[in-house]
Amino acid sequence: MALPPGVTAKTFTDATRLFKEAVGKAWVFTTKADVDLYRDAYSVLRGEPDERVASAAVAPASVEEVQKVVRIANEHRIPIYPISTGRNLGYGGSAPVLSGSVVLDLKRMNKVLDVNERNATCLVEPGVSYFDLYRHIQDRGLKLWVDVPDPGWGSPIGNSLDHGGGYTMPHFRNHFDSHCGMEVVLPDGELLRTGMGALPGAKTWQDYKFGIGPVIDGLFSQSNFGVVTKMGFWLMPQPDAYLTGSLTAPNYEDLIPLIDILTYLENSGVCNGMPGLGSPLFNAGAIARDPELAAIRRKPGGGTQAELEAYARGKGIPFWSAQLKFYGPEKAIRELWNYSKEKFSAIKGVQFQDGPLLKLPLTAEQIQSKLVHRTEGGEFGLPEFGIPSLEMFSIGARSPANPEPRWGHAWFSPIIPRTGEAILEANRVFADAARELGMPYDGFSMPTTYWARSFIFIFGFPVTNNPKENAKMRGYFRQIVKIGAEHGWGEYRTIPAMYDEVLNTYSFNNHALGRFHETLKDAIDPNGIISAGRYGIWPKHLRKTRA
Amino acid sequence: MQRTVIMAAALALGVVWAAQANAQAASRQGAPGSHGREVFDKWCAPCHGAGVGKPATAALAFKYKGSKPALLEERTDLTPEIVKYMVRNGVFTMPPSRKTEISDADLDDLAAYLSKGKPAAH
Repeated sequence: MALPPGVTAKTFTDATRLFKEAVGKAWVFTTKADVDLYRDAYSVLRGEPDERVASAAVAPASVEEVQKVVRIANEHRIPIYPISTGRNLGYGGSAPVLSGSVVLDLKRMNKVLDVNERNATCLVEPGVSYFDLYRHIQDRGLKLWVDVPDPGWGSPIGNSLDHGGGYTMPHFRNHFDSHCGMEVVLPDGELLRTGMGALPGAKTWQDYKFGIGPVIDGLFSQSNFGVVTKMGFWLMPQPDAYLTGSLTAPNYEDLIPLIDILTYLENSGVCNGMPGLGSPLFNAGAIARDPELAAIRRKPGGGTQAELEAYARGKGIPFWSAQLKFYGPEKAIRELWNYSKEKFSAIKGVQFQDGPLLKLPLTAEQIQSKLVHRTEGGEFGLPEFGIPSLEMFSIGARSPANPEPRWGHAWFSPIIPRTGEAILEANRVFADAARELGMPYDGFSMPTTYWARSFIFIFGFPVTNNPKENAKMRGYFRQIVKIGAEHGWGEYRTIPAMYDEVLNTYSFNNHALGRFHETLKDAIDPNGIISAGRYGIWPKHLRKTRA
Repeated sequence: MQRTVIMAAALALGVVWAAQANAQAASRQGAPGSHGREVFDKWCAPCHGAGVGKPATAALAFKYKGSKPALLEERTDLTPEIVKYMVRNGVFTMPPSRKTEISDADLDDLAAYLSKGKPAAH
């Protein structure tokens, strides 16, 4: 049996016996076969000596059992690592950051505790998945939507705590922002409720976020100060209809007004769905298909503006495209699209295409049609309609374009400003970096628009079962994290193998932020039992010197 | 070698449960309402079900090119052992399932359902 670092076999055996008393023998896993189920299926360290692996797993079914387990761990100095559904694949999955930790598997805490249709809120436990919450709402015929991320098997609690995002309106897309109220088991086993939940008998725990005093909910996201056992969320009332409209803009420099107008429309609440950005000229397929364009893109800087414009003129291909999306009453959203077109008409040569108007909810036939399945060539994806799915896992799966399946993926995803200039600069910087590092790369990337006020610029890295390939990939990843930071672009979320590197880039004033985390860690979790190393926050006894 | 690095925006795509389960019911084997089938519907169907947008079904269709059914529920060559191995080990981007998700008892029923009651090989 693997042991947690610094823990004797006797102490571990004693603790394991107590865990069994706390949660029942069947829910403490110590055999190699059972513990192997907690390996991160998408680990970039797969099969290497440094792969982060658990020593055991404990699966409580209630808050009281979580408290018992945490108290036992604290008394015996056993590192524990809470997971919710354990499906944060690409960001660590169900494996701990510190090898030898005992995974605290909260999957059995799978109750939807409340859904309030009148004020569109819910309260859930960590083991509830998006599929579960969706089904709970559908089974009761409630007219509510859940903003879902790509992996429907993820947990609303786990996803929001890791700053995940979805695809409906901006204030729901940011899953942490859309939460309201938490219950947390602290490292000494004490139970805490945040916001209005701190008021005994409160009637508004899921309705008002702040309660009184400092808002501490953020401390429990991307961190290791407690075990979140309940969380409330604001849901989206089912809208009447969904309308899309597309536009193209012909010239290189049009990107700048295009993004400014789009940002104005979003910040004003006119465009209330998640926009899509594209480039008919630069999409990866176009570059792969046309050697002339590929040759221009291989030049330093990816070709000059003049070269690219000459190419685009010659081919008659517009540089940029955008798809706008609107939720609401049919009459209103038709007018909002008309108003948006007026605004975009300031760009010379812009062309519009009216998309379909879909009445909501979608019918069963529509849900099964290609229209709402992008891997089938559809225009939309189910998450735009609040419907959970696993379709994104086609990425890396066996297909004609990908005959050799992959073993996972990891995302490099820095936050960049919401401007056309930033998109062009990020592409130049990362394309040059790719050339310099010898990192295979074949395109031009448009950012994704999950968040209000910023963009995420995403690189996908495949994980293979070849340690040499994975090591090379980690080397690239490390380098571009650094290059991004040198340009003022920081990661919003990352893989456990990069936690320390990424936190180190947030180094303002001699790492004041990281030092503050450590001050909190020492005060709240002096024995350092919870999720050691998560997002670069290490307990005192495991702390390394900062780079 | 395939491109080892892609620049791509994450896709936003999906599946729905109940409607699809109903649509598939007519063509499916196994006693309706059997527990093994419920386990399949809950844990396997989002990737391995019938219909559009099922990544594992699409991957197996490409792999077998008609030599075997892409749908696990239509396979006649699955043994309980194979089903159990795949669930507990995963393959490629399919992760293993933990016992807090699919218990050993659930897995027995799932394996019986997908192997159509075929005995385990010895």
